[in-house]
Amino acid sequence: MADSFSFCYSRDMINEKARIIKSERLADQVFSTVFESRVAETAYPGQFVMVGTKSDSRLLRRPISICEADREKGTIRLVYRAVGYGTKELSQAENGDSFDILGPLGNGFPLDEAQDKKQIILTGGGIGAPPLLQLARALRRTGIGKESVTAILGYRSMKSGLFLNEEFAAEVNVILATDDGSIGTRGTVMDAIKERDLKPDIIYACGPLPMLKAVRDFAADSFIPAFISLEEKMACGMGVCLGCMVKTSKKDSHSRVNNARICTEGPVFNAEEVVL
Amino acid sequence: MSPEGINTAVNIAGVNFKNPVMNASGTFGSGMEYYEFVDLNRLGALVTKGVAPEPWEGNPVPRIAETPSGMLNAIGLQNPGIDVFIERDLGFLSEFNTNVIVNVCGHSEDEYLQVVERLSDDDRVDMLEINVSCPNVKKGGIAFGTDPKELKRITELVKQKSLKPIIMKLSPNVTSIADMAKAAEAGGADAISLINTLTGMKIDIHKRCFSLANRTGGLSGPAIRPVAVRMVYEASHAVNIPVIGMGGITNSEDAIEFMMAGASAVAVGMYNFHEPVAMIRIIDGITDFLSENGIADISEIIGCVD
Repeated sequence: MADSFSFCYSRDMINEKARIIKSERLADQVFSTVFESRVAETAYPGQFVMVGTKSDSRLLRRPISICEADREKGTIRLVYRAVGYGTKELSQAENGDSFDILGPLGNGFPLDEAQDKKQIILTGGGIGAPPLLQLARALRRTGIGKESVTAILGYRSMKSGLFLNEEFAAEVNVILATDDGSIGTRGTVMDAIKERDLKPDIIYACGPLPMLKAVRDFAADSFIPAFISLEEKMACGMGVCLGCMVKTSKKDSHSRVNNARICTEGPVFNAEEVVL
Repeated sequence: MSPEGINTAVNIAGVNFKNPVMNASGTFGSGMEYYEFVDLNRLGALVTKGVAPEPWEGNPVPRIAETPSGMLNAIGLQNPGIDVFIERDLGFLSEFNTNVIVNVCGHSEDEYLQVVERLSDDDRVDMLEINVSCPNVKKGGIAFGTDPKELKRITELVKQKSLKPIIMKLSPNVTSIADMAKAAEAGGADAISLINTLTGMKIDIHKRCFSLANRTGGLSGPAIRPVAVRMVYEASHAVNIPVIGMGGITNSEDAIEFMMAGASAVAVGMYNFHEPVAMIRIIDGITDFLSENGIADISEIIGCVD
């Protein structure tokens, strides 16, 4: 039915109740939850899932990026900051609890852009780091050597805790930055790049908006590509509600205006194509 | 006709609906994003997102905020314009065996009429729903939908241009919904649909700012259902044209409540975001209710509470 329409969405999207098999606290307010989920079958780095709440009055699902998808075990891992109702509920859930999961959603990080690049940098600001872990592993799996990939991870402080840094270190080089300088560079991930005078050939980034703007400007000044993962309040996660727009430099082929849906055309965009 | 010989079909302004369940405009796109999950052929109708003569950018983000048992939205009727809509969206929808209701929006009288004229003789369209009730666009929309004289006048103008039956979608942000329903009927509307969203506001106390960039937004979801049921009751008792009821429908019981209040059909809105297959569950649930209660024809419950 309607297969002749190339603009239709043929996505390997799963809508299921997924069971938690492992939960842990990684740092202050930061939690890791592993689900048994068929989403693992097709998820690729940078995609996300919409996670429902158990409350009858909190009806919107929460978009959370996929930190790891293990196709063999059939599991996905979400690492998130517990700030609102939904993420707090998820962080307190126990093994065996089930949540509504919809995914994998969106377009992730383009791996092919990294081929033949000598210095590949992943910049993760705070809770932006998780989707980059799956990216780091996927890049390595394409045959790129450890020496070519560096993850620059920004955290608040040693006191609030580091997370995922050791798992990154198993795959790629890691440089740390903290707001208070308690470990690594004092400042942001961009400060770390400048302090070491790094000359990346490509950057993949996920984190707070000021960091993404800084990455975009740095990439533009260095004439290198940058792919950034954006977030926005959204209701459906599937491209229907038109809630999660980002301004685009060119007219978007779906909206026909200078707006792209973060959930569908993104969440990962070429930094040149969006107006932050 | 459902398998058990129970009749779930309804007729609205000469258009036959296989069942009374459709989506509320703006909560299902044109079905393209959902058709892998939801068999569009099973819906009574598919109501498209509002379409204007030219592409609209919509409002700045954030456009969405969750609220208790509901949500606020201030999308601002972003749409790709009628040319793209006719080619892409109607082309897609023509593949499915369901009624197509196109929601029409505009910044001015003339813009509404341009869209109506373009669709008036398009075989792929069964009805037009005129959105004179969007709270999130400054010009047009709600300006026409809150003054009975304006509503009657724009209804007359649309009716003059349209060969399709016209549904006027009413705003709840009025003192008397009965007066608005009567104005639409007096203007020649073939049906009315209600309620559109209630204007609301949410403030982020930590950031000391509005949760929506537009400051105000339209409230939808179960939070508004009792208001919507009351308004559907009042409107359906004020006019002789059919009413399509909506506002926070989550299950077949909610849908039946609207029909007993006087709605000939119902629309599911925000809940599509919560549960993409909600409409199918509701269609099946209505049939089960009729079957369990020995009701042979759904028309028996329409307006049965008087």
